[in-house]
This record gives sequence, C-alpha cells and structure tokens, in this order.
Amino acid sequence: MTATEPTKATTGVPFTLNGRELEAEQGELLIDAAERNGVHIPRFCYHSRMTPVGMCRMCLVEVDGGRGPSLQPSCMLPVTPDMKVNTESDATVKAQDGVLELLLINHPLDCPVCDKGGECPLQDNAYAYGPGESRFVEEKRHYEKPIPISDLVHLDRERCILCDRCTRFADEVAGDPLIHFMGRGADTQVNTFPDHPFSSYFSGNVVQICPVGALTASPYRFKARPWDFAETESTATTDSSGARVVLQSSRDRLVRTLGVDSDAVNWSWLSDKERFSYEAANSDNRVTQPLIADEGDLRQARWATAARAFAHGLGVGASKVGVLGGARLPLEGQYAWSKLLKGTAGIDNIDAQLGDGLSPELVLASPRSTISGAMAAGSTVILLGADLKEELPTLFLRARHAATNGHIKLIELTARATSLSPFAAARLHTQPGTAGQVAAALAGDETDRAVGGVQSSEFAKAHALLRGGGPVTIIVGRSNLAESAAVVADATAQLQALCPGAAILPILRRGNINGALEMGLTPGFLPGGRKLGSSPSGWPTEPADVGLDAEGILRAAADGELSTLVLLGADPLADYPDRDLVIRAFDAVDTILAVDTFLTESSSRASVVLPAAMFGETDGSFMNLEGRVPPLRAQVTAPGQARADWMIAVEVADALGADLGFDT
Amino acid sequence: MERDPHQLIEGCVITCYALGLNQCFLYVRGEIPLAHERVAFSAQRCLCRRFVGKNIMGTDVSIDVVLHWGAGAHIVGEETALIESLEGKRHAPSQPRFLAAKGLYMKPTIVNNVETLANVPWLMNNGAAAYKQFGSEKSPGTRMVAISGHVKRPGVYEVEQGVITFRDLLYGDNYAQGIRDDNGLKAFVPGGGSAPWFFEEQLDVPLEGSAAGPEGSMLGSGAIMVMDDTTDAVRAALRLVRFYARESCGKCTPCREGTAWEEKVLQRILDGHGRPNDIDLLLSIGENISPGPYPVASFPTNGLAAVPFPPKQTTICPLGPSSVAPITSAIRRFRDEFEAKIPAAASTPTDHAHGDQDHDATPAVGDHH
Repeated sequence: MTATEPTKATTGVPFTLNGRELEAEQGELLIDAAERNGVHIPRFCYHSRMTPVGMCRMCLVEVDGGRGPSLQPSCMLPVTPDMKVNTESDATVKAQDGVLELLLINHPLDCPVCDKGGECPLQDNAYAYGPGESRFVEEKRHYEKPIPISDLVHLDRERCILCDRCTRFADEVAGDPLIHFMGRGADTQVNTFPDHPFSSYFSGNVVQICPVGALTASPYRFKARPWDFAETESTATTDSSGARVVLQSSRDRLVRTLGVDSDAVNWSWLSDKERFSYEAANSDNRVTQPLIADEGDLRQARWATAARAFAHGLGVGASKVGVLGGARLPLEGQYAWSKLLKGTAGIDNIDAQLGDGLSPELVLASPRSTISGAMAAGSTVILLGADLKEELPTLFLRARHAATNGHIKLIELTARATSLSPFAAARLHTQPGTAGQVAAALAGDETDRAVGGVQSSEFAKAHALLRGGGPVTIIVGRSNLAESAAVVADATAQLQALCPGAAILPILRRGNINGALEMGLTPGFLPGGRKLGSSPSGWPTEPADVGLDAEGILRAAADGELSTLVLLGADPLADYPDRDLVIRAFDAVDTILAVDTFLTESSSRASVVLPAAMFGETDGSFMNLEGRVPPLRAQVTAPGQARADWMIAVEVADALGADLGFDT
Repeated sequence: MERDPHQLIEGCVITCYALGLNQCFLYVRGEIPLAHERVAFSAQRCLCRRFVGKNIMGTDVSIDVVLHWGAGAHIVGEETALIESLEGKRHAPSQPRFLAAKGLYMKPTIVNNVETLANVPWLMNNGAAAYKQFGSEKSPGTRMVAISGHVKRPGVYEVEQGVITFRDLLYGDNYAQGIRDDNGLKAFVPGGGSAPWFFEEQLDVPLEGSAAGPEGSMLGSGAIMVMDDTTDAVRAALRLVRFYARESCGKCTPCREGTAWEEKVLQRILDGHGRPNDIDLLLSIGENISPGPYPVASFPTNGLAAVPFPPKQTTICPLGPSSVAPITSAIRRFRDEFEAKIPAAASTPTDHAHGDQDHDATPAVGDHH
C-alpha cells in the first residue's frame, strides 16, 4: 500500500492540476502526483512509507472526478483519468484553513519551549495555510506533560494532533503495537498500555515522524534549536546495514541523528542503536590523549612517544603478534592498518571478527545480493541462522515490509523461531547444528523427510517454494555462538548448489565488518578479497603464511606463543564468547597495544593506548552488507588529541621507519 | 430485537440463503443489553432446533450466526466503523469503500440493518406485491418510527411510508395524540439527531424520504423528537451537539475538534458567558465541518427557502456534519433566543467552570515548561 513501489505504467493517467494537463502513474495517489509536479499539498498524517489513513484532513483539495467538484483527501485518492484538481480554489483554501484552525484550538502553542519549534510541520503549515488568529477562547485540553513512554521517548499529549503516524509506525512498520489511541472524541489520546512501556528497538523513529513536538527523544530534549544546527549526511556505523543518516551538531557537539529516506537501504527508518549511539562521541570517558602504562597506571604521553612504544611492541616478529578488531574503523583506516600490519610488518594473525562471524571465504567469494534486490516482488528469501531483528534491525524492517505485503516468500532455516517467523512462508526450525543436513535434504527429491527436527509439512512447503523459480537470496547469519560457523557455511553451500545463482546477504553485525574483510583484516586475505600469495600486492612485504583467526590468536597467546596482542578497537574481554580464554591470553602475553575511543575493560589492560576519532569525527567511507560504499562524514572535531585511524597507522609506521605512502 | 428476535434471525437466515452466504454476524450495539440478551437467547434456541448452524433442518445448508456485542458507540452504525469494530479494532470509520468487494477481514461483505432484515420474513410469506400495497408509490412498505419528547403518547409506531404526514403522526389518535398539556409545537426532529429540524410549516410533509429531503431534512433513523414551546432552543441544541461530541470517534480532525468546540461555545452561551460573535462563530465552525450551505427547513416568515439534504463534509463520515444540524436549525429559527442569552457587553470567560467537564485538568508537574 505504500507509495514506495508504485506500479510502473506503460501509459500515464491524464489529469488536470490547477489548469495544467499532467500525467500520473497508474495507481499513484493524488498527493504524490501533485508533489512530483511541483505542487505541495499540506499534510500531517500522510507518510509515503506508511498506509494512508486520511485522518488529519489537511490535504483536502477540490476534485472533480466527473460528478462536480467536491473536497477529497488527496492522500487517499488515486488519480483517475481526466480528474480535475484544484489545490488553490476558494473551497480548498477554506477547508485547509478550517482544518488548521481546528488542529490549533487545543494545541498549547508552546513553540518557544518546544523542541520541534523551527522545524515543525504544524508551525510551517499554520504559517502557510492557517488562519493567523485564534477564535478559540475556551480552556484547552490538558494532560500531564510530558510523560515518558520509554527510556528514550517522551510523550506530550497536549501537543499531539492525533495524526496516527507514531501508532501506525509502531503497528505497521515495526510490528510493536505498544502505543495506541485511547479514549474517543476530543479526549482521544495516544498512550501506552498500563505497565507496558514503548520498548521498541525502533522507538526513535516515531520522534522523527511526529509532525509536532508531541514525541521527543530524551537525549535531544532542550539540547539545541534547529536553526542552530550544522548538519551533514553520513552513514550509521553501529551495524553493517549502512543506514543513511543526517548528523546534526550544535556548538561542535553531536546533538541528533535523523534517518534519511534512502530507497536502497533504510527508507528513513533507523534502529535506536543507530539513532542514539552518537551520544557515545560526547561521552566524558573518551580517551583523548595517548596513554602509556607506567608502574601499573596509564599516564598521558606525547604522540611520538606513544607511537614509538606501540611500534616497539609490534616489532617482536610477525609470528609473535596477534591483532584483534578493526570493524569499527572506516575503510581508509582499515586499509592503512592492513598495509601497516600485513604489508609492512608481515603480520597475518589478524581477525576483525571475534569468534561471532562467518568465514571470510564465504563472505568474500559468494555473489552478493542487494537489500532491494532481495526484497523485490517475486523473490524468495532464505533466512539462514540469525534473527534479523536482533542482528540488523533496519534490514528487519525491510524484510518485514516485504513479507507482510506479500512481495517475498520467506523460508526460515533457523534453530528457533525468529521475529520474522509469523510472516514466513515456510519455517524450518532445525535442531542446532543440523542446518546443513536439512539444506542437503531440501536438494533431494523426497518432500516429507524427517530431518533435523523440522516439521514435515514445513519441509514440504519449503521444498516446493525452492522449486518455484524466481530469484533467491540467502541471508546468512549465525544462530548462536555455540554453533560452529562451519554449520552455516555448509548449509549455505548446499543451498547455493540447490539454487544456482542464489546471492547472499551476510548478517555480520559489527559495524564496518564487511569493509574489514574487504581490506584484508582477516587471516589469509589482502585488500580486494585477494588470497594471500595469489598475486603480488605491490606492498614492501607480505605475510609469509596464512595466520590465525581470533580463536587461534587467543589460544596461541594463552599458550605463550605470542608476545604482543594488538586491539584495534576491540574489547575481547567483553565481546569474545569465551571470556576465560581471553583472560588467560591477556595474562600470558608480554604486551597489549590498543587503539581505542574508550578505556574499555580490555584496553585499560594495555601498555599503550592510542586515542582514535570515532563516528562523526572523521571523513571516510563505509562498506555495508551489500558491498555498497556510502561516505562517512566528519561533523564535529575529535576530542583532545584523538586522531583518525589512518593517521594513527601512519604515525606508527613512521615510528617503525616505514612510509605508508599517504598524505592528507 | 427485544420483542420478536426470531423475526430478525429468520430474516438473517433467509438473506444468507438467498445470497449463498454461510457466515452471518449480528452486531448488537453495547447500549441495548436487553436486545442482546434476547437475541442471544433466541439464537441459542434456534441453534438447538437446528434453524441456524450446521445442516439447517437436516438440509445441506449451513449458516453460522455469530452474535457480537459492541462496547457502546453510536458510530458503529456506520458500516465501515462496524466492520472495524467487528474485527476488534477501534470503532473508527475508514474511507468509504465497496464492502461487497472488500469488507470484513477483507472478504466480500453485505451490511444490512435490523429493520431491513426483519422485513424479509414477511416479504417471503406474503410476496412483494402484498408489501407494495402499503405505502406510497415512491416509498412502498412500512417503517418504524420512534416518537419521543413532548407528546402525549410517545412510543414506537409502524407507519405506512408516504401515506401519513407528520401532522398525523404527532396529533393523530392512533399515534402520539398531540403535544403534552396541549402546548404549541416549537420544533421537531424528523429523523434522528442528525436531521435538521422541522417546524409547524413542515407538519404536512408526508413521511417519506423523498419528500423530507427537498424540505431540508431527512427521515434518517426514524427517531422523531418533539419539542413544545416551553423548550429552550439553545439547551436543546446543546443537548444534541453534546451527544455528537461524546460519540465522535476522534479519528478525523474536523469532527473531533469541531464538535467539542461547538459544545463548549453552546455551554458558554447557556451559562450566560456568550460573546456577541458566538452565533457567527458557531455557524463558522459548522462550515469547517460541513462546507457550503447546510440543509435547513424553510422559514416562510423570514422568506428563507429550504436547503435540501444532504450536507457536504470535510470529515470521513457524516457524524461530524450531524452536529451542525441542530445548531444551524436552531440559530436560523430561534436566533433571538441565542441573542437574548448573550450579554450585551462581551465578558471574557476565564476560568469559569463548564457544565460538566470531564477533562483531567491536572497542572503540569515536574516539567521544565
């Protein structure tokens, strides 16, 4: 129902808009057709990514469909042939003026203290279409204001104009119908159910789409005014979906992140993690100076001194060093560190995945799908392993939309029910570890095999669906960390054999992990997905042998085979599945070197900590799960002496006596 | 439904059979528990006797009758709102759509009211020709009207359409038998609260939809409310407007905000805090809910002609415009009564108590504002 995928017509629908002869697309809503032709019809409830409801009545225009002119809501009205529309007629103007007056009578008009002031559709429309003066002398509606409806979102019911955007988003887009209308008539209000807070992973979106200041986000409340912003378009880096965002800052501090309506990726939606993680950049606990351990304490040091100490720790021989992390870095930083570690120091014990990922061979060698390609009408999507809502929430919203609107056939091959199960066409819930056997059985001719604990009826459905033709995308992730990644790799291979041409979307949650793999921050690979030794890199040196992965590095360290452990923005004590192994590894190595934005549990054990600039502080690029490379933009200054990751690599290379060949 | 529920159930079964349907939902509004109880009792009995349900009377015809009790809302009489409510959602009308294609649960659905269905058994037994012997040529048959208000014998009457006039109904011996205490007639609502008022001049209009429309009103639900000359027009208008303000579902702006505003202004006038421009304000609010000239009856004394039914609307459903009917009718006919209640010098009403305010007026606590 959303206008995002209008049916492309071979012939347009002719209609008249304010006397102009125009053409609309088949089934196109009048409000969209007018917008496309430069005529903005005011609206509050209409949102192009959600089902129109025609509630606010702001978009009423005078339409003559052949039976005389009448006022019609343009957000509910598909253009029909020879429709005559007048958005400037006296009747239209009067209706819009009247609706605005009615919307404003109970609105508190506390614009001077309202966060929305200055960017408020109600304000803007009141200026453009409103009556200018109030005739309402009665007492306005009063509610307690504002009430927290979750940890992040505050609701001011007095400001609310009951447009159904937030409630529609919660129900229709996010599938978390935790806010709803209550009461009736003029006493209608949006609220949560008693004792059920609006605890949605997507709660921040309702703040963004609220056309008034009724919903505000606690991290932003009273922090800035829209006319004070500096802003830039960037990419969210908290997971690998690569959602497009606008970063807004005031007085050199990030104050807000908004989702950008990117057709290819996030459709303007963001998960709360993507939306609110900018707060980390403003934290008082950032590492702002290079630190060197001195008798058990980390003390501030000069960059040159710290870089020399870091280089000293690296110079113990390629086979004695292990490097963990690198998924936080932008592509440029990843390449610089890859060139430093692999191309200069010859180290290959490097892994950006901390035991929670997929094999780099699978990710780098498989044909890659796109989100829009996977979710296109007529596609079949196999969800292997992971629960999308937990791993990549914005991709979950796209998949949920595609599945609930019948665009895709979803086959689940997971160890348990996921948040997409209600919309799946076939649910193959396997016993852990048996995904490969189920996938192999699907390739066979038998349709009712009892394998892997899968229900035979569901097996038969999947068996038939996979033979139905149409493009197939396999979304590949890990069910849980106890199950080996090899199970997933095996199942993927079986499915790829069954569906020739099937493309994959890897579900790796770490921010720029796809970039890290592409840049060679994984054992056995050089940038560009080239295998070690397959072709000359042009670098001064190359690792002699394929190195160890994260588990191998930690085991080798625990066994005393490594003397230096480098943490490139990694916190394995908190983040690696086997904490005990990490503790033993940390205890056994001589030196821990860290490049980090915070003193984490792990980096505070380091003997050298180099402060890195983070999200919003450096320009660069990102690679999302599709292989798309959107830019990252610096919006604020990195605190203290924190530097971009590639600069840190250059600094360390300098201390090693090498030249990475970069300059600003 | 309270007196002869079987007639309704029989009508349902016949209708379903005629249309080839096997699922029938009886939505009984929450305001009429006695009807619900009796329909439920007789439906249960019909089920036991196999008049409804699986294999009716041993045939291979099966018609399930599902009884649904609403939570109490006027607007579920609107068919899309009824469908929404039946689906378990809020009682809000949706944009008009063709229910025979996409109705309940997006399946083809026919919505009929009780009166229509209750006519079916008689029609089946006696035939259309017999039915057409009642009523006028344009409006054959009978219909039920409920007369309330200031008459000697209020009640529900079955009348022949188009044959009798409102005068017969209000004054006839078979019907209401005249105004109480033999008072004069001030006004009467000819068809439910949403119908513009009729006056003495319209008493000879036949009881027929096609006759009432051009006169500026409608027969609507058949609920006729009679006001004698002791009635306060402002209070009567307020009473009707308050009903619509309370029954507004709150979905679309003009109805949600407009009806409540009208109620407040009328209450203020009644409380003696009216302002000189309030009468124009009331008419103007009405125009924002129902643009263009609103249907009213003619007023020959003032030389004002009738505006024919129906009104236009900026709302989704006709509930909002319904609230405009009593205001327009009362002001057009009894403007002097409004003016008499409005003090000559405008008083600014601040902090005066409303008649019955049910808003939570808790002051903001612990807020930065």
